[in-house]
Amino acid sequence: MPAASIDVARDPHVQYLLRVGDTCLIQAQRLAEWCGHAPVLEEDIALTNIALDLVGQARAVLSRAGRLEGERGGVPHDEDELAFLRDERDFLNLTLTELPRGDFAVTVLRNAALATFFKLLWQRLESSSDPDVAGIAAKAVKEARYHQRHAADWVLRLGGGTDESRQRLQAAVDHLWPYTPELFDADDVDDAAASSGLGPRWAELEAGWRAEIEPLLDEAGVKRPPPRAFRSTGKRGVHSEHMGYILAEMQTLQRSYPGGVW
Amino acid sequence: MSDTQKTEGSARAPTEARGEWPLWEVFVRSKAGLDHKHCGSLHASDAAMAIQMARDVYTRRQEGTSIWVVRSEQIVASDPAEKDAYFDPMADKVYRHPTFYALPKSVDHM
Amino acid sequence: MYTQAMDTMGKTDAAEPKKPVRSAEDVAREARFEARIDAGDFIEAKDWMPEHYRRTLVRQISQHAHSEIVGMLPEGNWITRAPTLKRKAILLAKVQDEGGHGLYLYAAAETLGVSRDQMLEALHTGKAKYSSIFNYPTLTWADVGVIGWLVDGAAIMNQVPLCRCSYAPYARAMVRVCREESFHQRQGFESLLTLMQQGTDAQRAMVQDAVDRWWWPSLMMFGPPDADSPNSEQSMRWGIKRISNDALRQKFVDATADQAKVLGVTLPDPDLKWNDARQSYDFGAIDWDEFWRVVNGDGPCNRERLAERVKAWEEGAWVRDAALAYANRQALKEAA
Repeated sequence: MPAASIDVARDPHVQYLLRVGDTCLIQAQRLAEWCGHAPVLEEDIALTNIALDLVGQARAVLSRAGRLEGERGGVPHDEDELAFLRDERDFLNLTLTELPRGDFAVTVLRNAALATFFKLLWQRLESSSDPDVAGIAAKAVKEARYHQRHAADWVLRLGGGTDESRQRLQAAVDHLWPYTPELFDADDVDDAAASSGLGPRWAELEAGWRAEIEPLLDEAGVKRPPPRAFRSTGKRGVHSEHMGYILAEMQTLQRSYPGGVW
Repeated sequence: MSDTQKTEGSARAPTEARGEWPLWEVFVRSKAGLDHKHCGSLHASDAAMAIQMARDVYTRRQEGTSIWVVRSEQIVASDPAEKDAYFDPMADKVYRHPTFYALPKSVDHM
Repeated sequence: MYTQAMDTMGKTDAAEPKKPVRSAEDVAREARFEARIDAGDFIEAKDWMPEHYRRTLVRQISQHAHSEIVGMLPEGNWITRAPTLKRKAILLAKVQDEGGHGLYLYAAAETLGVSRDQMLEALHTGKAKYSSIFNYPTLTWADVGVIGWLVDGAAIMNQVPLCRCSYAPYARAMVRVCREESFHQRQGFESLLTLMQQGTDAQRAMVQDAVDRWWWPSLMMFGPPDADSPNSEQSMRWGIKRISNDALRQKFVDATADQAKVLGVTLPDPDLKWNDARQSYDFGAIDWDEFWRVVNGDGPCNRERLAERVKAWEEGAWVRDAALAYANRQALKEAA
């Protein structure tokens, strides 16, 4: 009999943290797919390193979120219960992270978009009213800077490399850009976090994000598609079709070995 | 940029025609007060990449380490090894590597 | 790390030239070289060395490097399915280490006059080998732990003596590798211990099944018996190989038989028995037919492993080309 799913607190503070932790986790999951398959050995090591950092961040944030559930009158959970026993609808990662790994251009562009965002977010979270979160952020912001450098350098190389690399980078922008507005959508989860000082509204990071990403894409010689009305909704638990497959793969062992100890 | 070359006696395979990323030697100072130590080499297409990779590979991103990267072919070496009678074009290089010398295309089949 | 039988791979190296006629100078150089080896001197990259010594090392070091890289695949398979976040992190770190080890080894080989691309070409066309242990499939999560325990354990036994290899760049790379390797074996063993001591019956069965499949291939990692390893002697004389295949294999059996008891697993060898007189374990006959079949391309995963590496390389060509094109453009800009 497979292991049953857990119920997660609806508390907006918990959800705010789950958005952060889940985004790191699912992005790490996609990056891990490059292991042994990167274009050159040095990049295999680099991408795996980034994935490792993100897993570390996910673990720290999910652990904090799980403890917060208990502090807020719900059932506490640990990082693994949250990662392996939640249903899809309770995962709050950005849809951007669950899109397939894609080619190297898709990967570095996605990394650039997310790392830039996280750098700005972690910087703000360093002054979170929650000391645990502030501590996590102090370490994570250094990692995010490193991830951003790595990704931005590659965006420039691909944009200014060969015709093929620029075309692939353009295709990556066309493909991923529609999923970026979700980063800055506002809702009551953000409001609650801003009120208590847990963290900033993500919408406040938009200007800073654009100020870094847009010149980067310009310098790389790629155009952004015109804005659309489409909004992805992973942050609210309604994901793309890809999420089901990711979770099936990620959760399979815990689901098939209920009560297992690893 | 130099094309890859064969070492004496080995066959040149078609895929070698594409450029190889240049080779860089890596030197790391793990703690203030110590010397930089040679750790090994890696391939990178430019200096920024070489530094980042050296951090990933040779320091596992420890804070406070200082990293030098140098194109391997640019290091001038003097080794107290046996002096050979015949001319050795690699005499001042750190080691024999197929890409350390760019030959004119007319003789670039060795 | 996985130097199994690398010195016997010459069996398939049909292009090995006959020994050239040597001048008096060469004979003298070789005598001086052998004296240095006998004195325990290290040979550095620019030192004179016999061509056969250089060629043997290029083959051994590059095949060692290839093993690390190919070895990332069977374990990398399980990263996305790791059962806890801690295990996911540990596995990511381990596989990343293996990539790093491959890189140290390619770097050491390049000091001998071969380029990374040339070595990869040899791997991709099947001319160069890698440790055949990686031609076996990782079918369950327990396989990951067993690889850490047995395969990395065997690798460590092979590698520690190589830290004193006569060729210094290889020895230095091995020192670096060995420092990082003990974590690999420990995490594998610890993972299995957790499954066996705290896990469910189903988890324990998973471990036993994995041990049953990986035990014999692990023993084969040490290469053919000494009697069937003609190149070993030359490698030993040149300080490339320090301990014989059979001696290492015996050491491994002795260590792991005791570890198996701690784990509570049975090793699939009915002839495994402590021999008081030898103060060592007797063990059963290895199926050398299987060994040669797998080494020569007919193992369960040979084709897939190589195909994945070739695919990654070919699909990555545009990325490598773009990086070079960009670097060239930047260089021209700076020169202007």
